Amino acid sequence: MRVGDGLPPLEIPITRTLVVAGAIASRDYQDVHHDPELAVRRGSPDVFMNILTTNGLVGRYVTDHFGPYAVLRKVAVRLGAPNYPGDTMVLRGTVEAMDGDTAVVRVVGENGIGRHVTGTVTVILGGAS
Amino acid sequence: MSDDLSVRLDDLSARLKAYEGRPAVLDGHGKDPVNAPMIRHWCEAMGDTNPAYTGPDAIAPPTMLQVWTMGGLSGHEGRSEAYDELLGALDDAGYTSVVATDCEQEYLRALRPGDEITFDSVIESVSGRKTTRLGTGYFVTTRMDVRVGGESAGTHRFRILKYAPANRKRKEPEPELESEPQRSQRPPRPRPVVNRDNAGFWEGVGRHRLLIQRCADCATLRLPWLPGCNACGSPDWDTVEAGGEGVVYSYVVMHHPPFPAFDPPYAVGLIELVEGVRIVSNVIGVPYDKVRIGMPVRLEFVRYDDELQLPVFRASDDAEEVVA
Repeated sequence: MRVGDGLPPLEIPITRTLVVAGAIASRDYQDVHHDPELAVRRGSPDVFMNILTTNGLVGRYVTDHFGPYAVLRKVAVRLGAPNYPGDTMVLRGTVEAMDGDTAVVRVVGENGIGRHVTGTVTVILGGAS
Repeated sequence: MSDDLSVRLDDLSARLKAYEGRPAVLDGHGKDPVNAPMIRHWCEAMGDTNPAYTGPDAIAPPTMLQVWTMGGLSGHEGRSEAYDELLGALDDAGYTSVVATDCEQEYLRALRPGDEITFDSVIESVSGRKTTRLGTGYFVTTRMDVRVGGESAGTHRFRILKYAPANRKRKEPEPELESEPQRSQRPPRPRPVVNRDNAGFWEGVGRHRLLIQRCADCATLRLPWLPGCNACGSPDWDTVEAGGEGVVYSYVVMHHPPFPAFDPPYAVGLIELVEGVRIVSNVIGVPYDKVRIGMPVRLEFVRYDDELQLPVFRASDDAEEVVA
């Protein structure tokens, strides 16, 4: 694992089920994440993925790659274009820094309308590195 | 007046700023201990098959940190008055929608089924008014410390945008939404104490004249009104009318304690009139945090209700340009 190494992209279909299941699993009952009518009234074309789900998916993307011994230390994400049902988000990652067995991975998730998420993940690679 | 409008918008920003550093949640408790069913639901939703999250030695996915603190469908408990007030002030001003924009989590200790979660959260910052593609609003950042049995388990910084959707027509002018309804319900300002010694001063205010006492013997001017001269002791006096020009000699900004008739923060100035005497009153016409020593001001009379008029001091147009 070296600085500049890329992680293989992960395609995530943004289904209505994923949006709602993610919102409920994270106990986030904001109406914009499950009620299309109210989402429209709030100026959004449809329900959209909540930030906790995005955060979880970014964490999953990194641990999927580094394996079960990898330990997440830090996940920082910033949201841009929303993830609406029917879209696909592609997560891509690059190793930005290495310090001993700790890697900092820059993650970007793009969907059909733009950049949904940019973030950095600090992960201790553990025995699997 | 567009000047007035921008000043009043700044007043809202200033009011919101005052919430920085105040608690958002005090002594929060997770509604459930960390538990396998919630972990399973999360992993199913995320499609996360990491074996670390199942089995007898399972840990919770670290990115669930916030989940254990969520209020769920029945709502948040332990949210502070300050945070409710802050969100309420934004709602009242028309920024009714909310969207999360940033999340930064640091994980200090793995969470395992059975762990009881406690947390505190603080309002870390409130941005100025920002226009985004969603609409115009304010970013509010909170920082939460999550603990298990007093031990730090992680920190969670969260930024939301409270906004008025761009595709909806907002009632104009916007500042009226936040200020006028409150003003009409607000208790009246305290009355001045009027007695034999100072009645002439308040009569003058009623006629929009700021009267300064002048010693009939040594001609020393005095304000506030007193029964005798501090310079020579003479009880005889007459008055001169202040021209109305002055400068800010000193000032304070009142944040606390809150008083129902007032809307902190606001600036209270010690104004030195060109005649050489000083008077305490509000400085208006500039945001509270733009008041400066030496700033030129001009006397104005403001009617607060049917009975009460007060002399206040408006920062001059020149001053506004200097500090803009």
